[in-house]
Amino acid sequence: MPTALPLTTKELTTDQEVRWCPGCGDYSILAQMKKALTTAGVPREKLAFVSGIGCSSRFPYYMNTYGFHTIHGRAPTFATGLRLANPDLQVWVVTGDGDGLSIGGNHLIHALRRNMDIKVLLFNNEIYGLTKGQYSPASRVGTPTKTSPGGSFETPIRPLSVALASEATFVARTIDVDVQHLVATLQKAAAHKGSAFVEIYQNCVIFNDDVYKYATDKAVKADNILYLEHGKPMVFGKDKSKGIRLNGLKPEVVTIGKDCQIDDLLTHDEYAEEPTLAYLLSRFRHDQSTGVTNPFPEPVGVFRSVKKPTYEELLGDRIQTAVAKKGPGKIEDLFKAEDVWTVQ
Amino acid sequence: MSSEHASPTAPPAPAAANGHARKHEVRESVTIRFAGDSGDGMQLAGTRFTDTSALLGNDIATFPDFPAEIRAPAGTLAGVSGFQVHFSSTDIHTPGDALDTLVVMNAAALKTNIKDLQPGGILVVNTDGFETSDLKKANYKVNPLDDGSLKGYRVVRVSVAKLTVEAVKDCGLTPREQDRCKNFFALGLVYWMYERPLEATLKWIKEKFGKKPEHMPVLRANTQALKAGYNYGETVEMLPVQYQVAKAQIAPGTYRKITGNDAAVLGLVAAGQLANKTLVYAGYPITPASAILEGLSEMRRFGVKTFQAEDEIAAAGVAMGASYGGAIGVTGTSGPGICLKSEAINLAVMTELPLVIVNVQRGGPSTGLPTKTEQSDLLQAMFGRNGDTPVAIVAPQSPVDCFDMAIEAVRIATRFMCPVFYLSDGYIANGSEPWKIPSAASLPQIAIAHPTGPNSEGTNLAHESGEPDAAGAGKFLPYKRDEYLSRPWAVPGTPGLEHRIGGIEKQDVTGNINYEPANHQHMTDTRAKKIENIAHTIPDLEVTGDGDAALLVVGWGGTYGSITTAVERARRKGLKVAQAHFRYLNPMPKNTDAVLKRFKKVLVPELNSGQLSWLLRAKYLVPAEGLNKVQGKPFLVSEIEAAIEKALGVSPV
Repeated sequence: MPTALPLTTKELTTDQEVRWCPGCGDYSILAQMKKALTTAGVPREKLAFVSGIGCSSRFPYYMNTYGFHTIHGRAPTFATGLRLANPDLQVWVVTGDGDGLSIGGNHLIHALRRNMDIKVLLFNNEIYGLTKGQYSPASRVGTPTKTSPGGSFETPIRPLSVALASEATFVARTIDVDVQHLVATLQKAAAHKGSAFVEIYQNCVIFNDDVYKYATDKAVKADNILYLEHGKPMVFGKDKSKGIRLNGLKPEVVTIGKDCQIDDLLTHDEYAEEPTLAYLLSRFRHDQSTGVTNPFPEPVGVFRSVKKPTYEELLGDRIQTAVAKKGPGKIEDLFKAEDVWTVQ
Repeated sequence: MSSEHASPTAPPAPAAANGHARKHEVRESVTIRFAGDSGDGMQLAGTRFTDTSALLGNDIATFPDFPAEIRAPAGTLAGVSGFQVHFSSTDIHTPGDALDTLVVMNAAALKTNIKDLQPGGILVVNTDGFETSDLKKANYKVNPLDDGSLKGYRVVRVSVAKLTVEAVKDCGLTPREQDRCKNFFALGLVYWMYERPLEATLKWIKEKFGKKPEHMPVLRANTQALKAGYNYGETVEMLPVQYQVAKAQIAPGTYRKITGNDAAVLGLVAAGQLANKTLVYAGYPITPASAILEGLSEMRRFGVKTFQAEDEIAAAGVAMGASYGGAIGVTGTSGPGICLKSEAINLAVMTELPLVIVNVQRGGPSTGLPTKTEQSDLLQAMFGRNGDTPVAIVAPQSPVDCFDMAIEAVRIATRFMCPVFYLSDGYIANGSEPWKIPSAASLPQIAIAHPTGPNSEGTNLAHESGEPDAAGAGKFLPYKRDEYLSRPWAVPGTPGLEHRIGGIEKQDVTGNINYEPANHQHMTDTRAKKIENIAHTIPDLEVTGDGDAALLVVGWGGTYGSITTAVERARRKGLKVAQAHFRYLNPMPKNTDAVLKRFKKVLVPELNSGQLSWLLRAKYLVPAEGLNKVQGKPFLVSEIEAAIEKALGVSPV
């Protein structure tokens, strides 16, 4: 018997004890994921969560669906195989910045470029949590950790830029404590057909606490965050007084009414075929260490959402074409497909 | 095709053109090698000769040998490519040791191959490949055709390149294209020498080049070059005799020629059909395993899904994801690729999912000898992972056996929910032999039963807890085991069986994460016992030869042909020898201990430094002696024969 819809969050909860640190951002993501799935219209048995290694990757144990806790960085490959075997499933990949961008970087870009119909949730806390606090490929320059005692000096990776360069057809960003935005973003990812990539800013209370304070603290967040809405001008700030204007190829932060009118601002287009605008937005970074006096707000929301055939559809087409051309395979004919001879 | 007396279409000349009666000599078997530059089309010439001989009813065995470079500098020693074919009127098991005939297209080919030509053998030389520059590239100071160094052979000098150009000059090809036809000229010549008909090759040329009008000049030129080579042999009477090899006495049936990699492809497709399952094959291109990925990519109408992954690790992950999803997940590679897949294979051990890992072994370690054969990944398959992780291992023993063992690998993986290594090697993967085509009905069914509902009665859920767990009733327990200790294979999408698995140690029965010391002991033991249980479903180790012999020759995998022929020869000499060959390496057949202990001496020829002999000594405490070789080449029969004689004390070597 298929599960009755809609699902309840209780039905999606397992009997396993959740073992994240108290105050971890993962709790919120888990709760919003369940909430999002209550409206996704997919029965429980058709849901699968695949993860790699790390704190985030414990996620499948806490979802009462099918789940596979795999190996470091490789979750996209398992998810790919699962979709190849079973294209009826809605497959979610749960990964972190260390797992997904470092050891698993190669798999991530290839899963996205193939437009595998999998939804990748990258919990980004800019630190290695489960291995107890080493810098990650997403850590900001100057992050002091056990393996970067004087502050990390590697250039951090920008996950959304990577996803866009990998031709992901759905790219979004959201924040663990911004629960309404989080659940709405997950719902949009669930509805997308093709490779979806969602970066979730997630706070690690133990090793990198408050790294996103600028984006979550009510006192300052309005000036630091830009909510992207399709077809709307890019406006932000406490009193909605600031906006993003394009000056030649350079974006700039302007004050509405002073530097320009609202019609002069950039308008967001998440359906743009070319990812140029989305890429531009993916470069905005709130980073005091750069010394920029007029820092850009960090966009959250859907950067890109376009329709393209998925890998699974294209492979299915190839199979259908092959069958249509020559008929379904018969094994004995296949054995004799080469020159044969008979011995009496 | 009729008989060894079938005449070629053109010219149908039963006697020499000058009217003299020609001498014919009958041979039981013949070994020929075509050798030239890697651009000379030697693999093609050898393959065509093989097909013609197979169609004539000979038993055949082939051995292609080519450089790792696609095109090494023309004419150099590094660029020599060879194709060896052994054809016979009797049952044969190898591509042959010493050559009866060697065809060399240039000086470099002569230098690298002449040592394999037996004394008195026929050496066909393309004299056009012995110009000063050719000699220099082959590091010859003096022309070997002139210095008397070849006097022990019957040398046939032919200006192959010039005669070919002459034969095809009216076809409208460029000089370069004309030169490329010389392999067909050489082939025609050898066809004449061994009284082979041209029909099959002419038909092949027509099928290959007859589809597009722009290929017509090539079709004509190749046809003319082939016939010209044949006629040249006929006309100049370059040898006093022609040789005949009668067709072999082979079991009735329909046959085709097949390489080991082809057979693996067909075996995997068949396994998918027999199990009524989608086959998902994920691989990353690597020599000499790529042909399996390529071959299966042609099998879409069987519903086969191939996946060219971004790397070896991904290929293993995709195959496992597919297995988790209820398909038959197979990943294939060669040795270096296995190193990368190890982590995923270990996850398959822990999650107890079926996974077939094809390893077409090549010379190692590291990148090693990509195009050369070796058998040195046995211990890697046995032990190459962290933790105690026994997996099943099978190894085909010949090109044809690759078909059966591919099916066996799938059967074992799905029946026992475990990874299965399939250890082929470059030698049998690229070599070919006649395959008696089986009827689909004769193939073993692969029965797979996926659970459709909960399997818990609500008691004794957890290992050693012994406590009834009312909450467990009506639940699905992913690690509840059957009589062989296999766990159920629940397919995602099935209502009520939702469960979570992963690489962290599992609690017995429930599959929940568990770090308890006693549970880990129990699960480690159980995983090992499950693999041992496979022995209940595999055939006993068969002993052939003399049951009362003092010596047992034991092998595994692709050395079967050489060992068998060596044992046969030794026995024909009156020596008492027995033979046993492992197609199942882990677990080994149940009677292994008894077999090994019946013989005073055990000789283990292997293309490695002693891996099976190490296992046999460790496991069965028998004084197994190795005969080991790692030169990138298969055993010569004579090498094993000598070792047998030495072991029996009849030869001082």
